[in-house]
Amino acid sequence: MRPIVVAVLCALSTSVAVAKEGNECIVAAGTVAPDFGLPNVARAIAKDKLDIAVLGSASSELNGPAGTNIAYPTWLEATLRRLLPGVAVKVTTYARARETASEMEAKLPRIIAEFAPALVIWQTGTADAIRGVDPEEFRVALDDGVDKVRAGDADVVFMNMQYSPRTEAMLAVAAYADAMRFVALKRDAVLFDRFTIMRRWNESGVFDLYGATRTTNVAERVHDCLGRLLADVVVAGAKLAPVASKGTE
Amino acid sequence: MKRNPRPQNVEIVGHPLGTVNKVCRTEATLTRAASYYGRIVPSRLVPCVIKATGSLVNQLTRSRVFSVPSVEGSVMSLPKPGGNRDLRLDLFRGLALWLIFLDHIPSNIVNWLTIRNYGFSDATEIFVFISGYTAAFVYGRAMREQGTLVAGARILKRAWQVYVAHIFLFAIYTAEISYVAHSFENPLYHEEMGIFDFLQQPDITLAQAMLLKFKPANMDVLPLYIVLLAGFPPLLWLLLRAPAVALGASVLLYVLTLYFGWNIPAYPNGTWVFNPFAWQMLFVFGAWCALGGAKQLSAVILSPITAAVAVGYLAFALFIVLTWYMPPLNALVPQWLEDWMYPIDKTNLDVLRFLHFLSLAVLTVRLVPSDWPLLQSRWLFPAVVCGQHSLEIFCLGVFLSFAAHFAMVEINQGVGMQIAMSLLGIAIMVATAALISWYKGIEGRSPRSRPGPPGATLVGGGV
Repeated sequence: MRPIVVAVLCALSTSVAVAKEGNECIVAAGTVAPDFGLPNVARAIAKDKLDIAVLGSASSELNGPAGTNIAYPTWLEATLRRLLPGVAVKVTTYARARETASEMEAKLPRIIAEFAPALVIWQTGTADAIRGVDPEEFRVALDDGVDKVRAGDADVVFMNMQYSPRTEAMLAVAAYADAMRFVALKRDAVLFDRFTIMRRWNESGVFDLYGATRTTNVAERVHDCLGRLLADVVVAGAKLAPVASKGTE
Repeated sequence: MKRNPRPQNVEIVGHPLGTVNKVCRTEATLTRAASYYGRIVPSRLVPCVIKATGSLVNQLTRSRVFSVPSVEGSVMSLPKPGGNRDLRLDLFRGLALWLIFLDHIPSNIVNWLTIRNYGFSDATEIFVFISGYTAAFVYGRAMREQGTLVAGARILKRAWQVYVAHIFLFAIYTAEISYVAHSFENPLYHEEMGIFDFLQQPDITLAQAMLLKFKPANMDVLPLYIVLLAGFPPLLWLLLRAPAVALGASVLLYVLTLYFGWNIPAYPNGTWVFNPFAWQMLFVFGAWCALGGAKQLSAVILSPITAAVAVGYLAFALFIVLTWYMPPLNALVPQWLEDWMYPIDKTNLDVLRFLHFLSLAVLTVRLVPSDWPLLQSRWLFPAVVCGQHSLEIFCLGVFLSFAAHFAMVEINQGVGMQIAMSLLGIAIMVATAALISWYKGIEGRSPRSRPGPPGATLVGGGV
């Protein structure tokens, strides 16, 4: 694990320093490194063409005052283009509010057929928690989803819920977060632990996630940092993958 | 029957059935009986003297009354301390109530103390088991002495009380969530704000809440309890006649539930978080232990082999839980074990959780004897008194966890605040439990004093 962490930190210190903001949020996020490799991403990078599909719900979308999309997929794309010069990076978002994991899972074959991504970033869990879906049903949807993504020669990165301190006592996300962690570990899939990262930001005071606001200022900076961290995970995951390996795991 | 090492002068006054005047040598039993039938005035005189007149004499001199006094009580709170009750039950139920309170405060550093971080099972198992145990203890005697109909009616009355308590908590929860929905806005969290959607349709949600189908976060234990109590009268009838058959039927229901996936539907989606058809097994097992099962098992419970197996299993569970927090360790867990083990299902009381609870229980029975002097001491009094009024303290704990989270959101969410809120909450729970004891004392429903001397142990087992 250590070398990866060091590699990620080195990558950060060189590349992110040129970003428009300081990397305070990156440092405060702590260790964010993939536990498993992303072989299809590695292959796509080698071919200089990386297509990524973001499958998610409302927290994968955020529209700024001018109506432009300022959610993390936008920042992910920008950062990846900077980190991977010469590679044609394209991130497409398939986000729909209130959609549960099993509804997303049903959409996966169509997305893979249409877009043929090398990577699917799958953000889910909050809608399931709100709608009280059986955690076991959620787990099965994720598990089946991994099969579908890998059958389409793509890798999957799971993204769990946002840390939302105001609603924490009212929205029981733990069962869904655990289910996602189990599936990720069992299927050797990368988990991007958005919940823990945002909690660290809140604890270290980088972002005030308790504060009420009508503006998108905090939200934009949070999504910016998430996108940059996610880009680092994608790049580190590609490096972690066995280069010579063929086919999906 | 154990002798009380401290003889006491016991005087029974003010009981509607009269008073007793009797010199006795079994001070412990008389003290206990006295604590049920009137006020005790303990002193250090020898021998113990009980003055009695009227029909109370008959009641007191019937040995059954002496050794097994009738308890006017309830399942979740047994307001008669000092009976031949195993104080360990109160102690561990009190501790479970504290742990449930702490676990329900999100982002609380004190949570790291609670047992769910060190194994598969958590405070819920302790709570359900002890509740089954005390339900059988209290209502089993009522059923023998007052008949099936009266005992059954009392159990259903208790189920009704728990239902009312649940609806009361739901009202508090709705008030809090409505406040947050109107006071908080942040574009970052527009997805999470979806939990307030139910406020838009009070006609549906309130009805669903009253039907126990709509249950907000952390409010799943009481509905489980209501269902368990509602089904308890026929089960208790069977337990008293054919305990093995009753336990077997319970295990069979558990197995069939796992096999066919039975559960009660919830609103707006899914099923109950605590599946009553699965969790009933732990409740019935507790009841079975109380009615003599633990005595039958005492050779097994106290055997060193069992203890060694229990220690081994707890160590295994600790290691597995560590791998959840340190993913690199997961490489040490073989694939076949993962495939077999995961997911560890709380909804259906996974066998791994049940075994983890049994291991904890077996070791507890070994390490904490029922006549452990500390059980009577002031050091454990805070937990014991909470365990004696568990319905009230459970509801209070759920409310306090809301309140603590609310205070953390509105004032400060630092570590100091988390610790302060946790300690303050427990202090309020203890103070309230002591106040309830005091009220019951002045209303003549139980002694003013602290729990009296220990009586006969219930059985070898029983946490």
